[in-house]
Formats: sequence, structure tokens, C-alpha cells
Amino acid sequence: MSASEDSTSGKTPELGTDVLRELWRSMTREEALDTRILKGIKRGELATVIWPSRGQEAVSAAIGQVLRPDDRLITTYRGLHDHVAKGVPLTEIIGEVMGTAVGASRGKGGTMHIADPDHGVLLTTGIVGSGVPIAVGVALAAVKSGSDRVTAVTFGDGATNTGSFHEGVNLAATWQLPVVFICQNNLYAEMTPVEDTMAIEHVADRAKGVGMPGVTVDGNDPVAMVLALTEAVDRARSGGGPTLIEAVTFRFEGHYAGDSAPYIPAQQLAHQRELDPIITFPRYLLAHGFTQVELDEISAESVEAVEEALKTVLAAPLPDMEEIRSDVYADGLVVTHD
Amino acid sequence: MTETRVISIREALNEALDEALRTDPTVFLLGEDLADPAAGVNAVTRGLATKYGADRVMNTPISEAAIIGAAVGAAIEGYKPVAEIMIMDFIGIAMDQIVNHAAKVRYMSGGRTTSPITVRTAVFAGTGSGGTHSQSLEAWFMHVPGMKVVYPSNPADAKGLLLSAIFDPDPVLVIEASRLYGVKGEVPVGDGHRVPIGKAVVAKPGKDLTIVTYGQATALALQAAERLGEEGVDAEVIDLRTLLPLDMDTVLESVGRTRRAVIAHTATTVAGPGAEIAAQISAKLFGILDGPVQRVGARFTPIPARASESAVTLSVDGIVDAARTTMGAMRV
Ligand SMILES: Cc1ncc(C[n+]2csc(CCOP(=O)(O)OP(=O)(O)O)c2C)c(N)n1
Repeated sequence: MSASEDSTSGKTPELGTDVLRELWRSMTREEALDTRILKGIKRGELATVIWPSRGQEAVSAAIGQVLRPDDRLITTYRGLHDHVAKGVPLTEIIGEVMGTAVGASRGKGGTMHIADPDHGVLLTTGIVGSGVPIAVGVALAAVKSGSDRVTAVTFGDGATNTGSFHEGVNLAATWQLPVVFICQNNLYAEMTPVEDTMAIEHVADRAKGVGMPGVTVDGNDPVAMVLALTEAVDRARSGGGPTLIEAVTFRFEGHYAGDSAPYIPAQQLAHQRELDPIITFPRYLLAHGFTQVELDEISAESVEAVEEALKTVLAAPLPDMEEIRSDVYADGLVVTHD
Repeated sequence: MTETRVISIREALNEALDEALRTDPTVFLLGEDLADPAAGVNAVTRGLATKYGADRVMNTPISEAAIIGAAVGAAIEGYKPVAEIMIMDFIGIAMDQIVNHAAKVRYMSGGRTTSPITVRTAVFAGTGSGGTHSQSLEAWFMHVPGMKVVYPSNPADAKGLLLSAIFDPDPVLVIEASRLYGVKGEVPVGDGHRVPIGKAVVAKPGKDLTIVTYGQATALALQAAERLGEEGVDAEVIDLRTLLPLDMDTVLESVGRTRRAVIAHTATTVAGPGAEIAAQISAKLFGILDGPVQRVGARFTPIPARASESAVTLSVDGIVDAARTTMGAMRV
């Protein structure tokens, strides 16, 4: 059930024009970033790799709207949208995707390892499931320091089959920590459909097993996502413990740039195209007072911002050898005999 | 002179944790069974939960990946967690968190996030616990840029190295030997005792041969040196204390004088720490060595049940034989 349907029947509280506009701005930036880099890779202009998230924009945009700037976010290799939504500057994101000195990690992290503590992004991991227990530790630190900060961690449906996930959610529930576990269920784990790897229908059901609330939300509906996330974040912030949110969405591209995704059936793809949040959300916005001109303006700004950032990145140098060998240990200690 | 008194390694480690918890509110302990009255199978944390409360000495579920993951997350946020992995053989379950995250977040974030956790773990070698409870796996971690690895052999080093580890800005693995927990020795009284990470020590000076060792094997190496002395061979024993970074300066200085080296450890000889040390000695001192560098450790089998364990693990005889081999080589 999407919020747009709900709201026409008057069941969904309205979100306010500013929030709706920011959701659209974030979604278009995410889409523009993903699309531009993917295009660059495909035509040989950009020698790099991304794990595209085209289609998952609504989930990330909602996360960005609901979390406070000082709330923490831990994400994955498919996290570029999350980074955009949480406010990581585009040059830092693209700089890291391209491994240049203007990247968030000065070119030493790569697409899979973008960290920007200034905007609360503490970790991006390429190891499936590993961010979950780390988020638990980040939330523990908030409790220990008396902060009301909330930690959100995103991951895929596949990650919920790992030991790290199960160990992490159990610990968070046991210790009642302020974490929101956000499963971006895009129906595939790499190249395997979700039904081939789980005997349960809803990832959210896994919450029952550890004693925390679990909800399944239409992840293509930014309004529904904002509402579900707000409830979970409020619960966490007020000491009510963790929540597992399963955001059901879709990934239109392959697992990585270059995977043509022959395993996605044409019929499923066609069905999902109709649910694409980049197509459906404008309809909702138009029905809620926005004009097409305004929406187009925001999209155009997003495309422009990505182009600008890319230009800066392409003009930037790679990190030099001194930089490449620093930050292995504190104080520049080099522990080598090579 | 600093005032000292004789305590066991277990007490020394306990004192280190006590000092860290008392002097720094960002330090906390987490692991399985740590809290009183059980205080864990290793009993190193005895009394600390009573003294500091369940928020500072945190009992966890049996979730090795989550124990280390939670430590990493808290460390990124400025805490100094000391995580216990009860027995080293279980560390594989937490390997991802240690190797892919604790060791690398500093690098991969360009220094924007760091994870200065301390991981304490115990080697049960020599307890007769068999193939999954007796392994010496330190070589796994010596392979990982971003890690530090220490392995004390006596109470003073145990206390000083653990405290250095807790306050070190990098992730440190502290390996304890369960068979050594009861070993006693002089330890300075009061706060502030530290043993620097990355500095080896000459445990016994000598001029004919250098035995390079650490941790549990140090006592065996010292016994071997005594036996060799009876044979007229004056062996120097170097206790590395830290495996990563390796203090090769001290090793090379010693072997440069004695011109012969034996490396002894409880880990398997094959691809063990001795392989790295032997290769470096050979590369740097090839021209002046009077005999082939020898490595001696556990045989390349899983650790068998109690009755046969000593047949495959490091022994004083094994070290003496290796020393005789490199001594005898000169006469050829
Ligand atoms: C521990 C681990 N195993 C395998 C992989 C390889 N891998 C990368 S992404 C992926 C699929 C993960 O699927 P899911 O969790 O659903 O996330 P999605 O990629 O769909 O966002 C796999 C198997 C990995 N990175 N880490």
C-alpha cells in the first residue's frame, strides 16, 4: 500500500511542502549521480566501479530527511544514495569513487569505503552484513556518552542471512540500543532473487526472533518511508530500543556497473518500471501543489550539481605515494620491512 | 628503584584493566562471561564488574563478530573498548571485524575514523584441549597492515603491554597464554607502568647463538639456553614481546654479534612468525652468518588430544636440537 494511495483516502498525515521538496531534491541528486557515473563507466570515460542503486532513491531520501545531521549512518558499497541523502558533498563522493585526492578519504577508500564523520557517515563497508554490529557499537557509544543520537544502518536483503546481522540485531535488542536497522530489500542479493535464499517472505519477520519491532514498508514511496522511519527514530531516541525496517524496493541496474542483469525477468522489470519512484513520486507531488516547472527545475539543478562535482574531481590529482602510505597507523608509523 | 612485588600474570592483567577502567572513563570491557562472580573462564576480569558496574564490564551473548563489531563502532566514536575473545581458536568468527574493519578504517577513511580497540585473547596451547581449542594463530594477524600484535611472557610485560595496548591509537591484539596465567614475577607497584609496543628485550644475554622467541615459548627458550650452557654454548634469548611491529633492530643487532639464530614459537613452523624473522635475518645478515637460520615450532598437524599434544608442540628438546644444528653447521 503506497502512501499516495493512502493519502488520497485521507489516511496518511501530510508531510509539508518543504519536506516533500527536499525529498525530491535528494532523490534527483541520487539519481543524477548514479546515472552519470554509470554512463561514464559504460562509455569508457570513467575508469571505476560502482554498485548502482538506481530505483532505491526513495529509501535513501527518506533516511536523509528523518535523521538529524548529528545522527549516525552506516552504509554499504551500494550506499551512494545514502551518502547524498545524509549530506556528504558530491565532490567527496565522486572523488572517492574515482580514487582522487579530493575524495572523502583522499582517494584511499574507493566507492565501497566512503566515510564522512562531519555528516555522520562513519562507515561504508564492502563486506556484506558487517556494518550491522559496528552500528550497534556506535549506538552503544551514544548511550554511554548520554547523547540522544540515533544510529541508522542500511544493508540489503542478502545481508540479513549473515551471522553478523543476526549477532548484531540480537545484541542491539538485548541492550535496547538506539539503532534503526534499514534493510533495502531490492529483491536481489547480487544475482540471486530473494526467494532463493530465505524461507520467510518478509525480512521484517526476522525482528520477532530477537524481540524488536519489525515493519515492512513500500520503499518506493518516500512518504511512507518518512513515516515509518520517523516512528523508528523517535522510538530509538526516546529509549525505546531498536527497530528493523524492511524497505521493499528495486534495483534497475545490475549488481555492479557492467552486470547486464540477465537474471531479472523481463516481466518483473516491466512491472517494477511502473513503480519507479522517480516516475511515481512526481505524480504525488503534482497532486500536492507542486508544478511541473518547479520539479523540472530541481532535477536540472541536481544534474548540474553532479556535472560540476565531476568536473572538479576529474581535474584533481591522484593521491601521491606519501599519502597512499599514510594513515596505516597513527602518527605515520610505518611498520614495514619492504 | 621502582618498588615491585610478585604477582601472577592473571593478577597483572587484572591490575592493568583495573587501572585503565579507573583512570579513563572511555575504557570499557566486553566479552562472554566477563562479569562477576564467574569473571570468565580465564578469570582475568575477576572483581572488575563488582567494582565498576555492568556498564563498564559488559557481558555479551556468544557473538564474537558482534563483540568486535560493537567494539569497533564504539571506538570510532571515541571509546577505548577492550574486547575479550575467550579462546584464540574462536577469533576466526570475528576475523572480518578485526581484519577488514578495525585494522583498516583509519586508512580507508583517510584518518577520518579510527578504531583503536584492544582485543584480548587466550591461547590454550598445552592444556590438552585438542584441535579447536589449542591453536597459536598469531601469524594470521602479522599479515595485516593496520594491526599491532603483542604477546607477553611475564607479569610485568603483561601489565605494561596491556596498558600500552589500551591507550594505543591503533587496534592491538593482546595474546595471552592460558598456561602462563599463574606464572609469577616482579611487577612495579602503582599506576603508570608501561611497556612500549614494538620493543623487544634481551631476556638472557649470550654470545654464541641468538634464540628469538616470545610469549609462552620464552620460558622454554630460557630452559634450552640453560641446557646449551651445560654444553658450552652461550645462547642469547630475545623476547620479542611485540610481533607487529617486529623489533628487527634488536634481533639483527643480536644475530649480528652471535652470527647464529634459532626462532622458537608455539605456532606451527610452516608459515609461522619464524618464517618472516628468518627471511629477514637471512636477507640482511647472509654474509656473516656462521650457520643456517633455524625455525622451530609446532609440527604441521592439528593439535592432537591431551596424551599426544606434547609430541607435536614446541619443546625444550626441539629448541636445543635446532641450536645444535646451527652450531654444528660451522664444523662442516
Ligand atoms: C561477506 C560477503 N560475502 C559476499 C560478498 C559478495 N557480495 C557483494 S554484494 C553481495 C550481495 C548482497 O546482497 P544484499 O545484501 O541483498 O545487498 P544489495 O547488493 O542487494 O544491496 C554479495 C554476495 C561480500 N561483499 N561480502
